[in-house]
Amino acid sequence: MRSAFSLAIVGGGLAATPLMAADLSLTLQVPQLNVAEYHRPYIAIWLEKADGTAAGDLAALYDVKKADQEGEKWLKDLRQWWRKSGRNLTLPVDGVSGATKPPGTHTLNFGASKTVKALPPGAYTLVVEAAREVGGREMLKLPLQWPPAALATQSVKGATELGAVTLAAKP
Amino acid sequence: MSLKSRLAFAAALAVAVAVPLSASAHRAWILPSFTVLSGDDPWVGVDAAISNELFYPDHFPMQAKNLKVITPDGEEGQLENAVVGKYRSTFDLHLTKPGTYKIVQENGQSRNETFITRGAPTTTVLKTTGKGLELQAVTHPNDLVAGEPAKFIFLLNGQPAADLEVTVLPGASRYRDQPGEIKVKTAADGSFTIKWPEPGYFWLNASIRPPRTETTTAAAKDHDDDDHDDHDAPRPAAPPPQAGQQSGPGAPGAPGGGRRGRGVSYTATFEVMQP
Repeated sequence: MRSAFSLAIVGGGLAATPLMAADLSLTLQVPQLNVAEYHRPYIAIWLEKADGTAAGDLAALYDVKKADQEGEKWLKDLRQWWRKSGRNLTLPVDGVSGATKPPGTHTLNFGASKTVKALPPGAYTLVVEAAREVGGREMLKLPLQWPPAALATQSVKGATELGAVTLAAKP
Repeated sequence: MSLKSRLAFAAALAVAVAVPLSASAHRAWILPSFTVLSGDDPWVGVDAAISNELFYPDHFPMQAKNLKVITPDGEEGQLENAVVGKYRSTFDLHLTKPGTYKIVQENGQSRNETFITRGAPTTTVLKTTGKGLELQAVTHPNDLVAGEPAKFIFLLNGQPAADLEVTVLPGASRYRDQPGEIKVKTAADGSFTIKWPEPGYFWLNASIRPPRTETTTAAAKDHDDDDHDDHDAPRPAAPPPQAGQQSGPGAPGAPGGGRRGRGVSYTATFEVMQP
């Protein structure tokens, strides 16, 4: 059914801002799916505290360009994110709301994100949730110690709506 | 047949059918197609009926004119595109404001509710009135998730309804062999907790029957059926319940609080989300 392949890897982001304490980037594979009706998945990426409550949003990728903010109608399908964070937001959120991604591998740099810049030291979970119109839903989690003492890389692989997801935290 | 005689006939039939099945189930429900919504212009289609099989219209439509919607700011809103079908009423709710809406049918001593939220849940529509049997939400009714406990408090005329039996029934019974009924009793403070076993729509009901002094078994059955009649035959002409009328034996957990031969009942439909 599904063959994941890599498009260009957007690199170099880790060195973006000089004098910044630490950097965080996520490499995310959106699988190519052989289905009759394909729509790009909506994807939310956020951080949770040890108790499972939201610590901040990193990205909400949905159909931001649709007329009358019609794309927001389906954000409820990212149901964990919607419950923990999305429903409390006024959308779109600058620096969080973004366009959907096509199949392929994408690198997202969060070093400049307000959430990361303001993140208190501690143990977190990074959550990636994907939901696709007339398709499925999948959620993956990766641990994150912040700030990182050394370069820390974590990977997890999705089975249906997400491919490999790699989180790199760099001091 | 006129609507009135149809209703009367259905009520009579309900009594006749109910006799061998003491827990005969004409369940009244208001079922929204979604309860958790995003976006700034969502609509929700709603079905309302009295059925035997829960959430499958197979018996009688709930009359839309007895239904009202309370918007997140506490005002009465509009139910649109109402149609009364053979077995169900349908209508639309346009969620023009963010927050929690309540759709309610208040019918004499019975109350039947459901809740729908656009964006973040709000609590204005959850305020209780101190009249009749009411559910006070500790857990928000649009924040229910399978595997998590949810806490509520039953109030009778504003006082905790202790030792009250609460029935919780999942929908989709057609696809399993057993009804899957959950029964819990309220504590002294009227509270109870449900740990949702699975996601889906659930129907919650509690009733307080009138005193059964001098009743024979047959008469007691009649009383049971009266409860169902409340659902079956909405009485549009009946005045709304008055506080004074219900004061009577309204002590916590005590039966009564209604007219002779009629109990008070509370019903709600909830959607439990998958984690």
